[in-house]
Amino acid sequence: MSESIVRALKCRECGQEYKIEPIHVCEYCFGPLEVVYDYDKLEGKFTRELIESRPQTMWRYKELLPIDGEPQVGANNGFTPLIRAKNLEKVLGVKELYIKNDSVCYPTLSFKDRVVAVALSKAVEFGFKTVACASTGNLAGSVAANAAAAGLESYVFIPEDLEQGKVLGAGIFGTNIIGIKGQYDDVNRLCSEVAGKYGWAFVNVNVRPFYAEGSKSMGYEIMEQLGWKAPKHVVTPMASGSLCTKIDKSIKEFIKLGLVEDNGTAVYGAQATGCSPISKSVKDGTDMIHPVKANTIAKSLAIGNPADGFYANRVIKESGGWSEDVTDEEVITAMKLLAETEGIFAETAGGVTLGCAQKMIESGKLPRDESIVLCITGNGLKTQEAVINEVTKPRIIGASLKEFDVLAEADGVASN
Amino acid sequence: MKSRVYLNFDKSMVTKPVIWQLAKEFAVITNIRTAEVKEDMGLVGLEIEGETDIVEAAVKWLEAQDGVHVEPIEQNVIEG
Repeated sequence: MSESIVRALKCRECGQEYKIEPIHVCEYCFGPLEVVYDYDKLEGKFTRELIESRPQTMWRYKELLPIDGEPQVGANNGFTPLIRAKNLEKVLGVKELYIKNDSVCYPTLSFKDRVVAVALSKAVEFGFKTVACASTGNLAGSVAANAAAAGLESYVFIPEDLEQGKVLGAGIFGTNIIGIKGQYDDVNRLCSEVAGKYGWAFVNVNVRPFYAEGSKSMGYEIMEQLGWKAPKHVVTPMASGSLCTKIDKSIKEFIKLGLVEDNGTAVYGAQATGCSPISKSVKDGTDMIHPVKANTIAKSLAIGNPADGFYANRVIKESGGWSEDVTDEEVITAMKLLAETEGIFAETAGGVTLGCAQKMIESGKLPRDESIVLCITGNGLKTQEAVINEVTKPRIIGASLKEFDVLAEADGVASN
Repeated sequence: MKSRVYLNFDKSMVTKPVIWQLAKEFAVITNIRTAEVKEDMGLVGLEIEGETDIVEAAVKWLEAQDGVHVEPIEQNVIEG
């Protein structure tokens, strides 16, 4: 099965179609372009058996990803664990809870490895030699690592005051890191101009329609790992809002292809209160997204004017979901809860997702007796500063058994 | 050159003729490609065409207007 079923790029606003090229906005109405497929071509060919016979990577669903033939970049990415969160179920008082754990996604421990694998594969197909991105964290590391492994030149643009740990997370891969002075808006605008001027594949600009499709693989995996079932409820963190829309698209595609039954899946969005333009629009019952200045420790979600906000809002409403937001304190509490109950150290975005889910369970927006999947998208080792003062400090003793015996006795631990 | 931007108008600016004023101040062709206006917010996709330095000055003028937020048409180029 090698024939591509990709039909075109289609404007999400006016419906104008374009042939497959590195373009991202409609020339008529400036609407964003999205990859559309001829699903009929897959009828009877794309089966559960075929998928299960393939290696456990995101590419076992390659027919539904916008590449030609085999992936050129990131061949081993994806296929992360979906775990039944029994301990967390008890704490939250819910019947069936799962965690899709992209905090261990190969190779850079975030779900960005999925979108970057598709973006860079497509960039190679288009003939680009240099790839680029503008990022404050996970995306920078993923582009740098995947480009290095594929032998591509890469440029990574970051705000000049980015924490050293994040600079290191991209720099180790030998990428060209450019720190830019100025406010977020200035940096954002410059990167848009750079993307337009240089002949590079800028992952979330001119190859964005392909890049965004990579998120669908997270949804496909969830359904396969649930035993070829769509979840009743799925909670996603929202930055640009893209993941939320692509999880929804993945479910609709599997239903269309007869791989799962329609389970009436509701999609829920999670944001930090310090940057919650999408959550606010859902709660206010409007579809207009008011841009905000981001102020939260959940930096990977700190996008004040989200490109897919309108579409995420629509998916949430149409699917019967909801959106919530949590304070930075609630984010930290939820990060600790996830770590202490399920042994998963998620980044701050994971705290946002769990914190919002908890809030929606308590308010009744998320029912306690139906299956819920939480999407955890990044690793806590990357945002250690958020919890550095929150974890238990070691109790220091001398190198003597007597001293430990005293401590053990105080803890009520019996010796043999 | 042609510059393509999204303009977000705060509630205070929704009813103000900002694009008309822009075309009066600068020798540029303004071409609205998409727009949605509601009581408390307006969104306009605008193409601005003219000499490079004049287009750049026009965009700077827009950025300097209180209650008008100028964004690249990609919106968030920077991601997490």
